[in-house]
Amino acid sequence: MLRSDRWSEETRDGYWTDLVLTGQQTVMRPASAVAAVTVTSLRVDRGGREVIPDLSTKLRAGQITGLLGPSGCGKSTLMRVLVGVQRTHGGVVEVLGLPAGSPPLRRRVGYVTQAPSVYSDLTVKENLRFFAGVLGVDRGSVENALETVGLTGEADDVVGQLSGGQRSRASLAVALLGAPDMLILDEPTVGLDPVLRRQLWSTFSDLASAGTTLLVSSHVMDEAAHCDRLLLMRDGVLVADDEPRALLAQTQTSDIESAFLALVERDGGGGTR
Amino acid sequence: MKPAVTLAITRRVLLQLRRDHRTLALMLLVPCLLLTLLWWMFDRDELTFDRVGPPLLAMFPFIVMFLVTSVTTLRERSSGTLERLLSMPMHKLDFLVGYALAFGAVALVQALLAVGLTVGLLGLDIAGPLWALALVAVADAVLGAALGLFVSAFAETEFQAVQFMPALVIPQILLCGLFVPRDLLPDGLDLASDLLPLSYAVDAMQRLQATAGLSADFWSDIAVVTGFVVTTIGLGAATLKRRTA
Repeated sequence: MLRSDRWSEETRDGYWTDLVLTGQQTVMRPASAVAAVTVTSLRVDRGGREVIPDLSTKLRAGQITGLLGPSGCGKSTLMRVLVGVQRTHGGVVEVLGLPAGSPPLRRRVGYVTQAPSVYSDLTVKENLRFFAGVLGVDRGSVENALETVGLTGEADDVVGQLSGGQRSRASLAVALLGAPDMLILDEPTVGLDPVLRRQLWSTFSDLASAGTTLLVSSHVMDEAAHCDRLLLMRDGVLVADDEPRALLAQTQTSDIESAFLALVERDGGGGTR
Repeated sequence: MKPAVTLAITRRVLLQLRRDHRTLALMLLVPCLLLTLLWWMFDRDELTFDRVGPPLLAMFPFIVMFLVTSVTTLRERSSGTLERLLSMPMHKLDFLVGYALAFGAVALVQALLAVGLTVGLLGLDIAGPLWALALVAVADAVLGAALGLFVSAFAETEFQAVQFMPALVIPQILLCGLFVPRDLLPDGLDLASDLLPLSYAVDAMQRLQATAGLSADFWSDIAVVTGFVVTTIGLGAATLKRRTA
């Protein structure tokens, strides 16, 4: 049984703290020893400013890693680095055993930007067929992706006429084409209604159980509930890199938001670094 | 480069244009209306219409495709779809050639309409074969598209992209031989005219009008325009960066 299915029986979306405290949280996916991503001493400057000074981490294969932090903390920049579209200024980044952005990775890594990057003057299906053509995957993959994001009914609607949430799901569907080994999703659940959000997290959970490695960013701390592992980021620095339960235990807090605050205070108060 | 990917891009651009009825109508009909206006202006002076008609047939596809391409590509850059495509197994030339093919196809339709109208209905006198007239128009349109793709890299907004037209297109119109024959231009300007691609397209049109066959000079004009297209697409490819700051 998938973890999120079980949760949906027991609790409403977002109410994960109680579960942790009562010890009901069970990580169904064992921590894999294989690192899907290895980042060593990464440095990124943007516009003459150091956005990420020195970052190292590992993402485990077949897990959902949550990248949480306030907006502007460098989440998107880190994701762009992993996809290989961001210029870097130091460090080594390996994705699935290859340097980030190397040509063989271009069909193995699916990427969803924060703003939906689909053509607003085409229908959902036309968008998917186009990107499927570029990736060289078959039409069946289009139907699967539509079904996964729940847009089968809107397949023939022009993207520009859809709601914001439907548009970001269309963008997500493009990333699912060809079943990539790794998915990098920048705030995929922003602006979605809770029911849909839970459905999507359930989908992510299914994908992870099937072996896909996911990195999902969010500025909403309660999304941590759905992740196997968390990276908490602030001002380009990782303030935590651990399992949710371990974070709570370590900071003696009951929710991730408090844990985040406790870690920031411990690391030198509320001021910027 | 893979033909399947290039054609996927071409098909998608054409699909987008098909959705946008207004743009399509403007692209195809405005040149026809302007040529009709010109014919009417020179109603009492057929010789002038015969003189300015062919250069204008070369100019319209160039201008229209430049505008449409620079704005469309800029939109692709700013909407994130270009970044997404570049993170996929797509060669940069797939993107550029895909666009050039799509707009080339539209240009062909535009040229057929414009040539059909001017020669068939408005009585423009052309000595050379009509298909060659369409060939020049298409080469010219692709040139405009290539230049538009290139400048879109230097514009941050659609507003800026449109402002590149007076900067890059109007000088070519002034110096192409329409207002002052190219060999009568003052020293320096004749050289500038020799360096601009539109001059060769207009030369080719004028040769078609004057002589019945296809001269070697005609083909060398076409070769020069093609050379500019290839160079500009190459420059355009250099402006598409997978990794950005």
